[in-house]
Amino acid sequence: MLRLEARPQPSALWSYASPVLALLVTVTMGVLLFTALGKDPVSALGVFFWEPIRSAYALGELAVKATPLLLIALGLAVCFRSNVWNIGAEGQYVLGAIAASGVALLANKSTGGWIVLPILVAGVMGGMFWAGITAWLRDRFNANEILVSLMLVYVAVQVLSYLVSGPWKDPQGYNFPQSKTFDLVTRIPRLFEGSRVSIGVFLALLGVVGTWIFLFRTRAGFAQQVGGLAPAAARYAGFSSRRALWVALLVSGGTAGLAGALEVAGPIGQLTPYVPAGYGFAAIIVAFVGRLHPVGMVLSAILMSMFYIGGELAQSRLGLPKSLTGVFQGLLLFSLLACDTLVNYRLKWGK
Amino acid sequence: MMESYALLMAATLNAGTVLALASLGLLINEKAGIVNLGAEGMMLCAAIAGFAAVVYSGNDWLGFAAGMGAGALLALVFGGLVIWLNANQYATGLAVSLFGAGFSAFVGIGYVQEKIPPRPSFAIPYLSDIPWFGPALFRHHPLVYLTALFALGLIWFLYRTRPGLILRSVGENPESAHALGYPVRRIRLVAVLAGGALCGLAGAYVSIVYTPLWVEGMVAGKGWIALALTTFATWRPARVLLGAYLFGGVTMLQFHLQGVGVEVPSQFLTMLPYLSTILVLALISRNPQWIRINMPTSIGKPFYPDS
Repeated sequence: MLRLEARPQPSALWSYASPVLALLVTVTMGVLLFTALGKDPVSALGVFFWEPIRSAYALGELAVKATPLLLIALGLAVCFRSNVWNIGAEGQYVLGAIAASGVALLANKSTGGWIVLPILVAGVMGGMFWAGITAWLRDRFNANEILVSLMLVYVAVQVLSYLVSGPWKDPQGYNFPQSKTFDLVTRIPRLFEGSRVSIGVFLALLGVVGTWIFLFRTRAGFAQQVGGLAPAAARYAGFSSRRALWVALLVSGGTAGLAGALEVAGPIGQLTPYVPAGYGFAAIIVAFVGRLHPVGMVLSAILMSMFYIGGELAQSRLGLPKSLTGVFQGLLLFSLLACDTLVNYRLKWGK
Repeated sequence: MMESYALLMAATLNAGTVLALASLGLLINEKAGIVNLGAEGMMLCAAIAGFAAVVYSGNDWLGFAAGMGAGALLALVFGGLVIWLNANQYATGLAVSLFGAGFSAFVGIGYVQEKIPPRPSFAIPYLSDIPWFGPALFRHHPLVYLTALFALGLIWFLYRTRPGLILRSVGENPESAHALGYPVRRIRLVAVLAGGALCGLAGAYVSIVYTPLWVEGMVAGKGWIALALTTFATWRPARVLLGAYLFGGVTMLQFHLQGVGVEVPSQFLTMLPYLSTILVLALISRNPQWIRINMPTSIGKPFYPDS
């Protein structure tokens, strides 16, 4: 029988190879699924992996979707490395979008381009506030952060729904539950003519550098991770676990809020009930597949963005539901978790 | 007025049954030392599986069986990963929830327009004719009564039988259970499968009885609330049942308040179950000692016999 033998040390090779193997496994299952559904697997794979990179415009769209995923995942990586299980980034993203919209709606014809900065700051604050509730309840009341942060996603969605169908509803909006379209001046500056890519990409890449420095080159980042890996050692070293909790949640809330602000004042341009697009949940997968490493997450965010674009194209080209994206996201995470066994264990034949 | 309270009570038991089934299932998992964050995903997949089975066969019990099967199947994947491959329980459970949400939406797309007639309730003879109490307590779907009976059975099983004791020992101290010769991993897998089947039954109840239709994401966080319930109940089955009915009441309160014309935007009423979950979770967890005493000691920790 096949059995597992613990490795003396986690395999460095497999920690890199496992996400790749997981992707291969996912693609294989995808091929089987497409074949079972009677679709040509080659053209179906093309929709996912070739269409999103075949033109400059497509690459731009790939970056547009990868940006929020990467930003949220960066914050989540700090959380997960600190052993803080924030799975409510979706709610923090929504609150960021709401706060940013609050500022954007104040703009009028005479407002200058500087308004973009307060919009982004509001987004960060909104996300931090929402994550801060989780941190406070964990810190003060010992309430499980997994459940609290997740419950707050549902609350955030209701707050959003209230705002767009109540106080912020567009009077000229034919009774649709959505805010008025933001003034053009509030739009996050775009990089090129004819593409939706904005300065958000730079902010995300800046975030990559920032996260890398924080995690691997600062004492605070080190303390953060020791608390996650070995709580007893962290206590002995005098690292505060409360501090780690707050830092982790505020950082991830902030990045999720920023992503929400960039989205609502960027590609969307108004507050609608469709703001929560699942990026907060997909980013969890981005974080794990990217090995919680800033550079790895750049790659996994691009991959996840391909899944999103591929899912949309599969709807129009292959007549498959868009929710195919969610299926593949789930499969990828399953495969990764299975393949990760090889990091800590060796497969052995015999008794 | 009295009549409307009887209806509120009846709706409470109905909604509470969903939470009770799922939460009792998760309790079995957690007693064996496994936390499955995949409840929401298992319930969603079970909801569509059960609904589809009823659409094709017209038989509710086949629908419930399909739901249980779907829940157990996902639980099998989860169990294989966390018990045999030592994958992180939280991450794997999340994977089940994310996959379940996506997969149920994917296969359910063709069922969005389908309708099944509302299920007739089962009136207990004589008792259901008592004024007020009759409509409140004794005119329900059979599963409502069966769930309460099941909770009693579970109490007996966990605390009065040998297999129940072994199950708990696996969650408290797997090393000792292993040393005594019990197959820890197999016992845990059985617990995980039972939990999955019960979450599946809860999911199927949602789409067959509670709101007889299919909509993407229709479980609406009930799986997560069920997870929180095991903590509220400090891992006691009787309290799980009580907590489930309490939260069923909170869920139903929003419709009642809307019915009596309370001037609050509906969104704030919809928030109620989620906010109450957070509130009660904070209140219960406030005393870490209290939680530590009651929580199965090895919950969330992998066990791998080094043979």
